[in-house]
Amino acid sequence: MLLNIKNLHVSINGKEILRGFNLGVNNGEVHAIMGPNGTGKSTLAAAITGREGYEITSGEIIYKGQNINNQSPDIRANEGIFLSFQYPVEIPGVSITNFMRTALNAKREFEGLPAIKAGDFLKKMEEKKKLVDIQSKLTNRSVNEGFSGGEKKKNEIFQMAMLEPTLAILDETDSGLDIDALKVVANGVNALRSDKNAFIIITHYQRLLDYIVPDFVHVMFDGKIVKSGGKGLAIELEKRGYDWIKDQMANR
Amino acid sequence: MGLSKNKYFPLELSILKHYNDNHNGIYNSCHPKVKETRDSAIVQFENIRLPLTNSEKWRSTNLQDLYELEYLMGDEKPVFDKHINEIFQCNVRGFDTNVFSMLNGWYYNSNTQQIHTLDDGVIIGSILAAQKAFPELISKYFNEIASPSTHGLLAANAAVFTDGIFIYVPDNVESKKAVQLINMVNRDSNIMINSRNLVILGQNSSLSFLHCDDSINQHPAFLVTNTEVFLGENAKLDLYKLQNLNNWSTLANSTFVQQESNSKLKINVLTFNGGIIRNEFNIDLIGEGADADVSGIYLMDKKQHVDNQVMLKHSAPNCTSNEMFKGVLDESASAVFNGYIYVARDAQKTLAFQKNANILMTNEARIDSMPFLEIYADDVKCSHGATVGQLDKDALFYLMQRGISESDAKLLLMYAFVTEVTGKIMIEPLKVSIDDMVKKRLRGDLSICDKCVLHCSTPDIPIEFEIDLSKI
Amino acid sequence: MNEEKNNGKIIEEVTSGEYKYGFFTDIETETTPKGLNEDIIGFISKKKNEPEWLLEYRLKAYRHWLTIEEPDWALLNHPPIDYQDIIYYAAPVQKKTLDSLNEVDPELLDTFNKLGISLDEQKMLTGVAVDAIIDSVSVKTTFQDTLSKHGIIFCSFSEAVQNHPELVKKYLGKVVPYTDNYFAALNSAVFSDGSFCYIPKGVRCPIELSTYFRINAANTGQFERTLLVADEGGYVSYLEGCTAPQRDENQLHAAIVEIIAHANSEVKYSTVQNWYPGDKNGKGGIYNFVTKRGLCEGYNSKISWTQVETGSAITWKYPSCILRGDNSIGEFYSVAVTNNYQQADTGTKMIHIGSNTKSTIISKGISAGYSNNSYRGLVRISKKADNARNFSQCDSLLLGDKCGAHTFPYIKTNNSSAIVEHEATTSKISEDQLFYCQQRGIDSEKAIGLIVNGYAKEVLNKLPMEFAVEAQKLLAITLEGSVG
Repeated sequence: MLLNIKNLHVSINGKEILRGFNLGVNNGEVHAIMGPNGTGKSTLAAAITGREGYEITSGEIIYKGQNINNQSPDIRANEGIFLSFQYPVEIPGVSITNFMRTALNAKREFEGLPAIKAGDFLKKMEEKKKLVDIQSKLTNRSVNEGFSGGEKKKNEIFQMAMLEPTLAILDETDSGLDIDALKVVANGVNALRSDKNAFIIITHYQRLLDYIVPDFVHVMFDGKIVKSGGKGLAIELEKRGYDWIKDQMANR
Repeated sequence: MGLSKNKYFPLELSILKHYNDNHNGIYNSCHPKVKETRDSAIVQFENIRLPLTNSEKWRSTNLQDLYELEYLMGDEKPVFDKHINEIFQCNVRGFDTNVFSMLNGWYYNSNTQQIHTLDDGVIIGSILAAQKAFPELISKYFNEIASPSTHGLLAANAAVFTDGIFIYVPDNVESKKAVQLINMVNRDSNIMINSRNLVILGQNSSLSFLHCDDSINQHPAFLVTNTEVFLGENAKLDLYKLQNLNNWSTLANSTFVQQESNSKLKINVLTFNGGIIRNEFNIDLIGEGADADVSGIYLMDKKQHVDNQVMLKHSAPNCTSNEMFKGVLDESASAVFNGYIYVARDAQKTLAFQKNANILMTNEARIDSMPFLEIYADDVKCSHGATVGQLDKDALFYLMQRGISESDAKLLLMYAFVTEVTGKIMIEPLKVSIDDMVKKRLRGDLSICDKCVLHCSTPDIPIEFEIDLSKI
Repeated sequence: MNEEKNNGKIIEEVTSGEYKYGFFTDIETETTPKGLNEDIIGFISKKKNEPEWLLEYRLKAYRHWLTIEEPDWALLNHPPIDYQDIIYYAAPVQKKTLDSLNEVDPELLDTFNKLGISLDEQKMLTGVAVDAIIDSVSVKTTFQDTLSKHGIIFCSFSEAVQNHPELVKKYLGKVVPYTDNYFAALNSAVFSDGSFCYIPKGVRCPIELSTYFRINAANTGQFERTLLVADEGGYVSYLEGCTAPQRDENQLHAAIVEIIAHANSEVKYSTVQNWYPGDKNGKGGIYNFVTKRGLCEGYNSKISWTQVETGSAITWKYPSCILRGDNSIGEFYSVAVTNNYQQADTGTKMIHIGSNTKSTIISKGISAGYSNNSYRGLVRISKKADNARNFSQCDSLLLGDKCGAHTFPYIKTNNSSAIVEHEATTSKISEDQLFYCQQRGIDSEKAIGLIVNGYAKEVLNKLPMEFAVEAQKLLAITLEGSVG
């Protein structure tokens, strides 16, 4: 199993957000995690990627057979965990080109490979830019600075393509995208899907799942998964909203 | 160094003489804390002397000519024969205040009663009387934060002050009615007035305080005022300072504030007229969550000079401060702004902002703007901005294209420029009359005004600004 | 994860960079005894075979210096300097004139090679002429022949005094008179050498000019003097770099740079200042008290200062522009990094005198460790400076909670048509930025380097190509410790 999360409890400033979360992900799978706002979806992404301030009080995150609870974010990234941020931060003065070369070389250094040759790097950039329909000019600009919502999300997918992760987590990548941008993002993801990697797609709406078809759909509520199913579950949620899940929970 | 060898200015000699004349007399009957303050301040005064332009903080404000003049010091206590309302009309519509006054440096309200307890529980009176009535408060607060050694005027003030206002808002008392202090000068000769005020707000208390400095006649006066303000936990003070003096008057006005946790301070300094005005604010946020908002406008012309020095010290974490000063300088007027944000080593999560904007109307007018930041904590958000410029030419053209004369259009834009500050006034009727005053001041009508700045809301001169500014 | 502890560790790692230029070269030097008096000044002047008027100038400056006191307004703390405990002249012993590189002391050549500066024209970066100054004396100026074909004079100050006395006499002290300040007076009395450059009318200097300063001998002060004149329509881009050995005692460096730009000329002056900053505990390091000023004398002239300040225990430096010519332009771009116990009080003065003059100030301060970093700048708009414009942006970045970042702008305006804008912000590197980089696999140490370089990019971009890379590395070395 690529990722195995066992009975995970996570707190922020002493407040428990994840309360016994379990999830297993194998290579080649796409998991969608849905749920109402404030239920802990983004906390899950932060916990898997090792963000500061998210305290694991109990449980385990096993990735590639190793407990990564205390691993630093950059080591996890170099091990192949990628997060497409819901709100990508601006880094003034650092061009995307420079940023990607630094990131790519950090990964190569981690893998014991020499730094990538300038020519190869540029070739790779061009190739991946096409994948998400990014304009050449964009990569000369500072990371996310002055980007539109759509540009920011495309840039996230572009970085994912560059870094070729084993486990990619897409946190609300569809929010704020128009239908054309959504298709571009989805196409990018689909092109990267293989039996060597896996995706966790965090989303509030079913819309993105029309374009990226998941193998599993999980509904999260109050810090844990309360219902799992196939693609059909997402459609049912779209029709009936989240209230029936809440009702089911209450009646239990 | 070297300074002490220089001979004394006449004003310095008057101050020293005045102290010597009184220190075995009435100063002896002072509260021990007050006496001690006077005695040590006079020593400091002899050491540091009156401030000259060779000291960094006074580089742009030159008072030396004034030191050469002879002044009447410590005038006789005036006999209270007319109620304040007889010599002074305050008729801001809908603005009901508890009015108190100082005349020529003395508390001037009644001949017998020197301390009053208002209906809402606020205690107000003469600081001289408070020495006897509230000795424990004097011991605890007097001269605790005012630092006489800051400069010679403050040292002199501490040594020879005549009287002053004392306000005490006990814990949990929320004042309903604003307190208004009219500080008047009416004397037929040059006069120096040193007053010393003490304002104490207990926990969870609140007060609106309107402090007006007005001169009534046309004689030169040199006013030095030092006010100490203590805000207890969760206390809230709105302080408005209105300055409308004659062109021969000099006002050196220092305010020291200490804020405990979660207290809120709002200061609005509105400088409309005066020969030389120096405002110093030293605000120390010592309790977590304290907030200070200090803003001001200055509208000066002729050879007037205004100098605003605002020191905001963040000594505790999680405090916020905001400074905004705006000025319009016409003819040969000059202004100085020195904002100083100091963030102490452990004052993390500080938010501090500072802004100074100026419009110069002529090439004779001058502005020195010094917005400083001194920061020793890393998790802070601090910024400052300063601008000097003119009225927006595009806006000017826009108004003129709609048929408004150039001079009216300029007035309108100047008015719009300062509304960012006047808009912060919380008391609605006061806001309206300040608004009127700004308009009148910009028209040049106010410099002849010799009564309270609030008086002018009487509609003897119609004010016509019917254009909706939000549309430009 | 313990957030604070973790952050503290990162910052410590990142800020523990070692000084790479701290070696000492064992070369024979000739020095005067310690201390300063009229005899020492006479000795220096005689040693340099100076004309009478220059000796007079030095003596006047010295006598003025005796009457004034060290300035104390900067936010700097240091024990009093004993000016009688300093050696005012030290020079490597060498043959009188150097006809070829072979005659330069091999130890010296080696010194410059270690610094990454080859004095061998064959091996040099193409397009850069170098004047190399060690301790007080210029040892070698490259590409002089190439330059002289264009009529450009680029030589040591001492040579200029001998070969072009009329130019030196005309311009010396014109922009920085010896009465200007304490350190200017001292420099005017004892300056030993420096660079001189003259760009004739209408000539665009085809290559970058640069001076490398190196303090080598112990207990010596370095007092160089640079004079740069661009005649009408001339253009030159000039760069200075500086390093010093690691020593426990503080050493004084008090230099003067004067620039005169005539009508339609442009001078770009870039500095990469990397004097020894002292050790981790604040021991040793250079006291850098420098007066740099340019005069935009003519119509449409332009002077642009770019500085990357990473070295020195104390920096006191305000490269300034006097915009006298109508339509003249002054620019100041600065990155100042302080670490450990370094102190910097640096900024600029833009004095607008002519009409339609423009100035731009971009200052980026970065403080780490226990250091203090102040921007201090003056923008003055005189009464006659109609339509003057200034824009200033002064940002500070704090790395750690033991350092200080300060901003002291002075804006003095006396003209109603002027537009002056000043903005400043103070912040730290956000947790969000750091995490974003880490999520992409970049460790926190590299991430801080990356973010700091991005933060300073606006200024680094103003450096000549060849030196931008060097400056970026320098920022990395100063802040990134093991990452180089």
